[in-house]
Amino acid sequence: MIATMNGLAPVRASSGTGGRLAWVFAIVLAVGALFSYVAGWLTPHRLTPARVVDTFERINGPHPGFRRNHAKGVTISGNFAANGAGSRLSKASVFRAGSVPVPVVGRFALAGGMPYAGDSAATVRSLALAFSLPNGEEWRTGMNNIPVFIVNTPEAFSEQLIALAPEPATQKPNPARAQAFMAKHPETMRAIRAIKAQAPTAGFEDSTYNSLNAFHLIDAAGRVTAVRWSMVPLQGAPAVPPPTAAPTGANFLFDALIAHVEDAPLRFRLVLTIAQPGDATNDATLAWPEDREKLEVGTLTIDRVEGEATGSARIINFDPLILPNGIAGSDDPLLSARSAAYSQSFTRRVAEPVASSAVKTTAAGEVSQP
Amino acid sequence: MSKSAQFAWSSRVLHWLMAIALLGMLLLGMGMVTSLWHYQSLVAVHRPLGILILVLTIIRFINRQLKPLPPFLATMSARERVIASASERLLYALMFLLPLVGWGMLSAARYPVRIGPLVLPPILPHSVGLYTVLRQAHTVLAYLLFFTFMAHLSAVLFHTLVLRDGLLRRMLPWSPPPSERDDRAP
Repeated sequence: MIATMNGLAPVRASSGTGGRLAWVFAIVLAVGALFSYVAGWLTPHRLTPARVVDTFERINGPHPGFRRNHAKGVTISGNFAANGAGSRLSKASVFRAGSVPVPVVGRFALAGGMPYAGDSAATVRSLALAFSLPNGEEWRTGMNNIPVFIVNTPEAFSEQLIALAPEPATQKPNPARAQAFMAKHPETMRAIRAIKAQAPTAGFEDSTYNSLNAFHLIDAAGRVTAVRWSMVPLQGAPAVPPPTAAPTGANFLFDALIAHVEDAPLRFRLVLTIAQPGDATNDATLAWPEDREKLEVGTLTIDRVEGEATGSARIINFDPLILPNGIAGSDDPLLSARSAAYSQSFTRRVAEPVASSAVKTTAAGEVSQP
Repeated sequence: MSKSAQFAWSSRVLHWLMAIALLGMLLLGMGMVTSLWHYQSLVAVHRPLGILILVLTIIRFINRQLKPLPPFLATMSARERVIASASERLLYALMFLLPLVGWGMLSAARYPVRIGPLVLPPILPHSVGLYTVLRQAHTVLAYLLFFTFMAHLSAVLFHTLVLRDGLLRRMLPWSPPPSERDDRAP
């Protein structure tokens, strides 16, 4: 009967055609339902990368063109020279001694989604790097100047964003909401105590930046070693006091950084902290014991700093899972979540017009705003 | 129905290999962009599988030029034959375009595409403008592939379960026994 609608010689519609047609619908619907479930259409409250980035946008307001987190920053560039010690643990070419220094592009930034916020010593500082290795390989890493991270799951990260967001009236988190979050997350209480025990240094230049998440190093024989890494400064407190900005100026941390780099390159030692069996690799709130072996594997030199609009860091996603052969992610769920959320933030912001950043450098023919 | 009423053996193998790969890819892609916990592992499969699909598509396209098709069944109207041929062309275009657009958008954003120890060369310059356009296109083309697949699935099920004209048998990976071959000769 249905075949005749196609203008054909009628195919004998035997009894049960309706039932068989129902089967066709059932199968097609089942396949559609499977796809809908995977796409998250049937579970609208599931936490997705888009929802995490939405939360940043809701809390900080719209700032088109900027990163949704660590919004205020500058591009830096320089190189990394390995000393060869890392080859003991990883086959990655970046650790090989005697090779030509690897070009590095990176970014110093302040945590938070406000690109025009005034600098504050208490704000978390970050150093993100992209190492351009031979044969098209890349190593990207984002590090912070805190010893541990404040949460250990993507869900807790999202809850924390909302629970600790400053209220518009007071500019402080709602005490009841913050307390409720802390009561539910003792690991965050513990992590904040560890962070507060370590006073921030004077500036970007003399901060130690930590990977916080654990990674796996893989050697030529396939042996896997869990590590965290840090960039440890070779310079002390800011050498050149900013001539124009008092320490309370809106960009005093960035101004001091720019002045320093224009005077002399910054140098950092890359230090691996090697885990022992039993050290948690899936919990970024837990510090590893102090006596863990530390292995210095090379030196980072930063000799150029540039504002955001022209700097090449704008078009780089410092996805912590873009790793060369010989380095891999660990079982830390924050790595996967960071990778997913960074990708979402990158896709959104690069589709928006290029915005003028708060921090400008003479290198780009711009003048820092007082 | 003679043996030649089935698609060529190579065509049938390629069809089912790619059916699994493409459905897996659509599910992986949809799952990966909505997942925080499994993003890492899903991306690690999605990218190399995309390149594998591109290679299989090239092989399949060559195979398509070399192997004759079995004739249309009498149960397919002239209009249905036009739609079937057009949707075949659309599917080939999507099988070529989706991996190329994916590789291109990753190239434009300088995300390395790794196949085991190898990194594929970027096929486009580093441009976030290109990335933005191609990233959108990748999603639109993926939905188009999904809906074309659903239409294909519905048509085959309708022929096989309702009209019972043996349409699916032409593509089965095995050859049906003679008794089944003859029950509804066109």
